[in-house]
Amino acid sequence: MSDNLPQNNIFKVIGASSLGTLIEWYDFYIFGSLAVIIGHQLFPEDAGASALINTLAIFAAGFIVRPFGALVFGRLGDLIGRKYTFLLTLVLMGGSTFFIGLIPSYKSVGYAAPILVLILRLIQGLALGGEYGGAATYVAEHAPKNKRGFFTSWIQTTATLGLFLSLGIIVITKNILGAETFGNWGWRIPFLLSIVLVVVSIYIRMKMHESPLFSKLKAEGNISKNPLKESFNNKANFKMVLLALFGATMGQGVIWYTGQFYAQSFLENTCKLDFNDSRYILLWGIAFATPFFVVFGAWSDKVGRKWIMLSGMLLGILFYRPIYQIFLDDTDYSKIEQADILSVTPAPVTTVLMESSTDSLRTVSTKVSLKNGGAFNRVQTDTVSATKGILLGKEIIKDKVLPTPMFWKFVGLIFFQILLVTMVYGPIAAFLVELFPTKIRYTSMSLPYHIGNGVFGGLVPFIATLIASFSGSTPLSGLWYPIGVATLSLVIGAIYLSNKRDEKIND
Amino acid sequence: MNTLKKFLGLVWMVLGPLMMTFLFIQAIDKIGLTHSDIERTNAILQWAIILFIFLPISLGLMIFGFYAWKGEYDRLPESSEEL
Repeated sequence: MSDNLPQNNIFKVIGASSLGTLIEWYDFYIFGSLAVIIGHQLFPEDAGASALINTLAIFAAGFIVRPFGALVFGRLGDLIGRKYTFLLTLVLMGGSTFFIGLIPSYKSVGYAAPILVLILRLIQGLALGGEYGGAATYVAEHAPKNKRGFFTSWIQTTATLGLFLSLGIIVITKNILGAETFGNWGWRIPFLLSIVLVVVSIYIRMKMHESPLFSKLKAEGNISKNPLKESFNNKANFKMVLLALFGATMGQGVIWYTGQFYAQSFLENTCKLDFNDSRYILLWGIAFATPFFVVFGAWSDKVGRKWIMLSGMLLGILFYRPIYQIFLDDTDYSKIEQADILSVTPAPVTTVLMESSTDSLRTVSTKVSLKNGGAFNRVQTDTVSATKGILLGKEIIKDKVLPTPMFWKFVGLIFFQILLVTMVYGPIAAFLVELFPTKIRYTSMSLPYHIGNGVFGGLVPFIATLIASFSGSTPLSGLWYPIGVATLSLVIGAIYLSNKRDEKIND
Repeated sequence: MNTLKKFLGLVWMVLGPLMMTFLFIQAIDKIGLTHSDIERTNAILQWAIILFIFLPISLGLMIFGFYAWKGEYDRLPESSEEL
């Protein structure tokens, strides 16, 4: 049935599915991209690094519930159909994103602020858990058998394009409003904007038809009565769920989130790059690498899915530490010679009274511009105490701007990491769709996908940041988490997975 | 290859409990290193999340290892009809 679908119709199907999925990813990612600013809004001002870790924990909570969303909405999708299920997930995602934009700060409502955001974040995670499996299944069930990898790879681009869109809107909003206004209330705009995007997408999705394979099953009265039971109580099916998780999605998830999220977090928080610089680098890297989702998806139709995905994991295992070492070395401005400095511009000294104390914090900041085009801020925060005098703080170097050649070198390194993402992620939708039968496909493929990506992948920034904060660890220690998980997945995938494609998925 | 698959199944079965033991030791160690009540609450929260997530996953790895040991992956279904 799907083999006879006209070419323009399949692109309508891909377009309508992809737009909604793109918006869901956008909604999901703006939180991660604004973690530092949101941390300041949700937690006490003196929370320091724990505010970032707790914000990342809230970010991670959205990922952790994704498998539950996969079960709930996957079951619905196998019972009532693909179309209505992912309409529902879109509404839930858009609504909760909009409300995050309205959340009062810690100063106004205390710990109710992070608790409310956590609840909305959990709804986002549930919705995303239901969305992706539906979109991938919907497109695959429309696609001809020899182009399943190619067509589903368009859905795969949405995750990265969603990040691109979120970064783009954040950078534009911040540049229009200025850093201070953006930090105060401007960060809410990208969240509020989501409602417009969701309304457009709902309108488009309302016009879509149900998947032909699901409609056929329904007409024949063969839809599953209990998809959860059939997916996980059937040993033959359950063992494939486990194989998909440990041999593919687990490794794919950590490669994805290291390249797209940990890289950004590392450049911003560890290397102390300027807010805009770190985002521009990622934007360029994404722009150059995104077409390769389609390249590897199409290639997997010819050579099989397995070795393309596993090669991406292997390259990540081999190259992550050297790449991040380069990031560290090239942004080490502490050894700058006097002869390299073009100008030094002191900023006005600011003094802020500390909460629940008579002491105040005095911040002395100096902007240093370099002859090679680079720049950075030297910032020292001292505690001014009425009883103990002035306690000098440690000088830190932050807001680093890279010289142009180094900027493009970083773009190249991010491009390489996202290229690995396209290798592991481009073919995976087709791989998962082919693993499970139609009547329990939505449920069965969604669970390993969301445990692999939501749990193993989504926790990369949180766990890697946590590991790097242990005493005795180095800034690169956090990378052992994605490297270890990818290695385990590579070994299991190489030994247990088959490279054969199941051409007949309408069973 | 099938022999390798079976014997690696034993490794996966052992790896699940080992992973959990390692995480429990790390959790106790890191929570013990905290200095203030806020730090301790944060550490407990963070490690509770990690343990809550990885407990069922390590159980899944053990089941995967058990299936591998029993030869369930010696021949994979070539069509979803076989599932």
